[in-house]
Amino acid sequence: MAQTLGHLKESASQTAGPYVHIGCTPNYCEIEGVFPEDLGTRMILGDVKGERIRIVGRVFDGTGTPLKDALVEIWQADADGLYPSPQDKRGTADTNFTGWGRSPGDMQTGEFRFDTVKPGRVPAKNGALQAPHVTVWIVARGINIGLHTRMYFGDEDAANAEDPILSRIEHRSRVPTLIAPRTAEDGMPVYRFDIRLQGPDETIFFDI
Amino acid sequence: MSDGGSYYQRDRLWHPPAYTPGYKTSVTRSPQRALLSFDNSISEMTGPTFGHSIIGELDNDLILNFAKDGEPIGQRIIVHGRVLDENGRGVPNCLVEFWQANAGGRYRHKKESYLAPLDPNFGGCGRTITGEDGSYRFRTIQPGAYPWPNGPNDWRPAHIHFSVFGHAFAQRLITQMYFEGDPMIWKCPIVATIPDREAIERLTAALDMNNTVPMDSRAYKFDIVLRGRRSTLFENRMEGN
Ligand SMILES: [Fe+3]
Repeated sequence: MAQTLGHLKESASQTAGPYVHIGCTPNYCEIEGVFPEDLGTRMILGDVKGERIRIVGRVFDGTGTPLKDALVEIWQADADGLYPSPQDKRGTADTNFTGWGRSPGDMQTGEFRFDTVKPGRVPAKNGALQAPHVTVWIVARGINIGLHTRMYFGDEDAANAEDPILSRIEHRSRVPTLIAPRTAEDGMPVYRFDIRLQGPDETIFFDI
Repeated sequence: MSDGGSYYQRDRLWHPPAYTPGYKTSVTRSPQRALLSFDNSISEMTGPTFGHSIIGELDNDLILNFAKDGEPIGQRIIVHGRVLDENGRGVPNCLVEFWQANAGGRYRHKKESYLAPLDPNFGGCGRTITGEDGSYRFRTIQPGAYPWPNGPNDWRPAHIHFSVFGHAFAQRLITQMYFEGDPMIWKCPIVATIPDREAIERLTAALDMNNTVPMDSRAYKFDIVLRGRRSTLFENRMEGN
């Protein structure tokens, strides 16, 4: 026997269950008067730098059915590539931007939606620039541990080609599962990012 | 000790795997390909922060935060503990959100159809932010067990759901708290998705008589552990190779 390291173990994950919205977006499920508004509803707090965009999508199960009980969160840099987090020591991010959004999805269609700004590029550990991306986290009934993935931008071919994560994916046919095509709606740039939990087009999920 | 390194790898043999057929909904919702691993970049090592200013006075009091014309029915409890990292240090300024069924095992939700009654004075959600030492505390009603559609006769043990933010998106965690001594824990297919018995015991809060309020509320202590972070003491040297 050797000495013990004394490290604690991370608490085991458990599914968010069918009623995650009660805890995370109570106003959305008609529990009103407890919190003034659901957290993560607004990412833009005022006059924000950068291009305003919308991110939409749905989460599909292995039968192709969209989930209506998921909770999707995103985390991203501001237009200059800075994170509004004290852990980012490179500078101060846009104070009118939270970087974090949370969407319960539409009650009927399951479509999630984030009004945000297009993020700037942030460096990888070796200093090389990553392509603009949004970190995505998905929980729902039937998902035992939250799923991490990333959304990249369909109009950033050059940056995507040199991105250190995208470029090391062995199965090239799976790369498009991380890239959201750019469309427009009401004159606003819209990126559609559908997430597939299973099947031939299963989204790439990360162990980060 | 210096911080700033990437987060310790998640122990995927300790956490429940994605595919757990005993919990039927996981069958079509579990990714089947291997997860892609890469070392944390700044995108994973940062995360949203929430100021104490977002927390209202009753946010950590589920007995009063939805009360309309009286207090909710059921056993009054205090749940308290610390949010720690794997190095054993308290994690301050951590947003902790919680939700639960009422004393009868019924959730306040449109899609919930269990025959137990709603409690007009119980909403079932709350939140708080940890103090400098990672401590948190809230007051609530002990939730009831409830049946759920899985097998023909599956019941959830009494539990409280927790959503926790650390300081990094890599630490994001949702889990559940169970109650010491509940025999239903060992019959639940969702609990059983966790392969390691010790991991289940770590999710089971201990009755804490020292923190009860006499003639008022019992107390349960529940510590939550988030991923720890490597030291960067030697990082400059390591990067040179
Ligand atoms: Fe539950």
